Amino acid sequence: MADGQYVLEARGVIKIFGSQTALDSVDFGLRRGEVHALLGENGAGKSTLIKILTGAYQPDGGQVLVDGQPVTLDNPLHAQTHGIGTVYQEVNLLPNRSVAENLYLGHQPTRFGLVDHRKMERDARVLLTRYGLDLDPGSELGSHSVAVQQIVAIARAVQLSGKVLILDEPTASLDRNEVERLFEVIGDLKRAGLAIIFITHFLDQVFAIADRVTVLRNGKLVETQVLDALSRTDVVRLMLGKDIAFSGATDLEPENPTTDVLLQFSGYGRKNGVAPFDLTIHKGEVIGVAGLLGSGRTEMARIMFGADPADQGSLRVNDKPASVRNTTDAISLGFGFCPEDRKAEGILGDLSVRENIIIALQGKLGWFKALNRDEQLEIAGRFGESMDIRAASLDMPVKLLSGGNQQKVILSRWLATDPAFLILDEPTRGIDVGAHAEIVRTINRLRDDGMAMVVISSELDEVVAYSSRIVVMRDREMVAELRGKNINPGVIVQAIANNPDEATP
Amino acid sequence: MKRSLRPLAATAVIFIIAYALAVLQFPNMLSTRVLGNFLTDNAFLGIAAVGMTFVIISGGIDLSVGAVIGFTGVLIAVLTTWLGIHPLVAFAIALGVAALFGAAMGFTIHYLQVPSFIVTLAGMFLARGGASIITQDSVPIKHEFYATLGDLMIRLPGGGRLSFIGMLMIVVFLGGALLAHRTKFGSYVYALGGNSVSASLMGVPVARTTVQIYMLSSTLAALAGIVFSLYTSAGYPLAAVGVELDAISAVVIGGTLLTGGYGFVLGTFVGVMLLGLVQTYIIFDGTLSSWWTKIVIGVLLFLFIVLQRVIFAASAPGEKSPEKV
Repeated sequence: MADGQYVLEARGVIKIFGSQTALDSVDFGLRRGEVHALLGENGAGKSTLIKILTGAYQPDGGQVLVDGQPVTLDNPLHAQTHGIGTVYQEVNLLPNRSVAENLYLGHQPTRFGLVDHRKMERDARVLLTRYGLDLDPGSELGSHSVAVQQIVAIARAVQLSGKVLILDEPTASLDRNEVERLFEVIGDLKRAGLAIIFITHFLDQVFAIADRVTVLRNGKLVETQVLDALSRTDVVRLMLGKDIAFSGATDLEPENPTTDVLLQFSGYGRKNGVAPFDLTIHKGEVIGVAGLLGSGRTEMARIMFGADPADQGSLRVNDKPASVRNTTDAISLGFGFCPEDRKAEGILGDLSVRENIIIALQGKLGWFKALNRDEQLEIAGRFGESMDIRAASLDMPVKLLSGGNQQKVILSRWLATDPAFLILDEPTRGIDVGAHAEIVRTINRLRDDGMAMVVISSELDEVVAYSSRIVVMRDREMVAELRGKNINPGVIVQAIANNPDEATP
Repeated sequence: MKRSLRPLAATAVIFIIAYALAVLQFPNMLSTRVLGNFLTDNAFLGIAAVGMTFVIISGGIDLSVGAVIGFTGVLIAVLTTWLGIHPLVAFAIALGVAALFGAAMGFTIHYLQVPSFIVTLAGMFLARGGASIITQDSVPIKHEFYATLGDLMIRLPGGGRLSFIGMLMIVVFLGGALLAHRTKFGSYVYALGGNSVSASLMGVPVARTTVQIYMLSSTLAALAGIVFSLYTSAGYPLAAVGVELDAISAVVIGGTLLTGGYGFVLGTFVGVMLLGLVQTYIIFDGTLSSWWTKIVIGVLLFLFIVLQRVIFAASAPGEKSPEKV
């Protein structure tokens, strides 16, 4: 096999879901003995591409080639016979069975038609030693750490396929030492000539281990590049699609004389969630939260709202100590939260627009003060009008509304409780341009009315448009707080990309 | 000790203690005669419980077992007594019908994604109803072959008798244990119970295995029905009502996790014996109402479910102290 030839290649692959083009003639080539990082924000098409390469999806156009030969991969098992193995973020093994059985399930050595446990465990021990694991192959897999399970999964995938290894966010639930251990294993496999696709949200890890990188955005191929030629900032720019002249961070501006302090989070954080952060929020202020997917943006919002309560730090509301242990606490303090995943966590699809709007208010009022139908209609009607919710009737199920109108319903739900502080997680994702502008207008109006807000968004232009301050998240840590002149996409991209302790690559 | 072995060990210990206490009170209970009867009286339950063990390990449940036993009994009685077919042929027909019945349930569970609880509940009504349509009454079986099988036994020292059906149960248990722990099919059953999504990604033939599991359970239920007809020499459509629940109890008491993924076929044997012990004790005592059996089983079952919760919650997968890598 020539050195330049691809082991696994996608040529002009197209995938269409309904009216949406998930992949638009994407080319992708993987060489022997390389670690190839695949990057992109949510919805960029990474997982669709991977599913096509592993046979979970069939492409609607284009070709998949293995060793230069066009192939049709019927399913992941069929892909395995072509030498393509996959390890998923969630370890897809059997915690209730032994390590050895997890390595060999379906391929157990047999003697006289019966599984030969002794031989299987002996083989497993030899195999595990190659991965630097010294453990009893007869022990239950579930009794080992996630990192060990991850390595067992890799060992199984390599054992059964042996040509291409696809690692789909393998490090998401590992700590630093475990990641290093995993990287050693990946390095060894690479030297052994395996072709490896590595998907992650952590840029540090990309630079630590990958040789080449392919960036996807909105289903299109942005670039495939040798990583040595790229800086961290370049990569973030490719991912977010910002061609901006970099102004560079200027010194911090003196703090604006703003209005009263509403909230003071100090040392606020949650183990395995977000590192402790300090944040002061004034009345009539919009704090934009920027960061890549998986940087801890949503986790921070959930901690603030008590959906995942903080386990360290303190909170002062209106200069009085307060605690948010659950969402009910948060609501009674006047907090509101519009989650990112509207369908799963936001709307109650089968209930009417009216019911969706009044439900948070009802929750705040409590069990005994039921709103009667007239009051409900009055409230729902008021917001339906002021928010311009386009529904045929306030009694129609909310799931029949467009994304933008659903978002307005959720926004109305919280506004009905007259909140002092509102958290919006990706309020404009997946809604059309018109509704988009309206949401942004609403945010501005609410700010002028004196409401404090935290808005999470991947749309840098949008964050810049309404934020009075921007905090940047990276690796589940708040890494920067930008104000004044620094609120521009260029500085944000740099803040996302920069790593204080980066000395290597 | 592996944590999955702990409930089984607990069952074994409880059985030994309970048996010792019973013997202290009624020394006669320690005899080959009682032990032999243990096996004979519980043979049909034990055989059905082996099938149930596979179903529960795979994360499902089979409520049709008792009805299949009743249906099989009626079918065999009708075939031999009314139609004059040789019992061996009748057995083969009954086993075949049950295998098809189980396969149909497995198909429905897998392809229509209906919970096994619902499908086997429907299967239970079907089989019970089918048996009642064939006949409403108890049909006696009088055939010399039945007498021959009834006489087939090993005489144990001390006056005990190991009957044919008792031996059959032991064979089924040994075969079941081999199937569960030493074959690929067995490992697939555990895999399904552990995580069916992972299992299919790891290449387990989920559809085939699911169908086979329910086929196995129904076929063993039919075998239990044959044993029951040998035991009672009759077929009655309302026979063995609720046996599926006794079988489930025996499986759970024998250390199989009701949520699937963990369990032992031989544990079920201990479970069945423990249930048999309770029954025998109450018969020996003579003053207690037979409903005390149910109460004791209820208490045991509750204890074991709590025990399993405690054992498995104490060391949840992946949360144990992560070792050095």
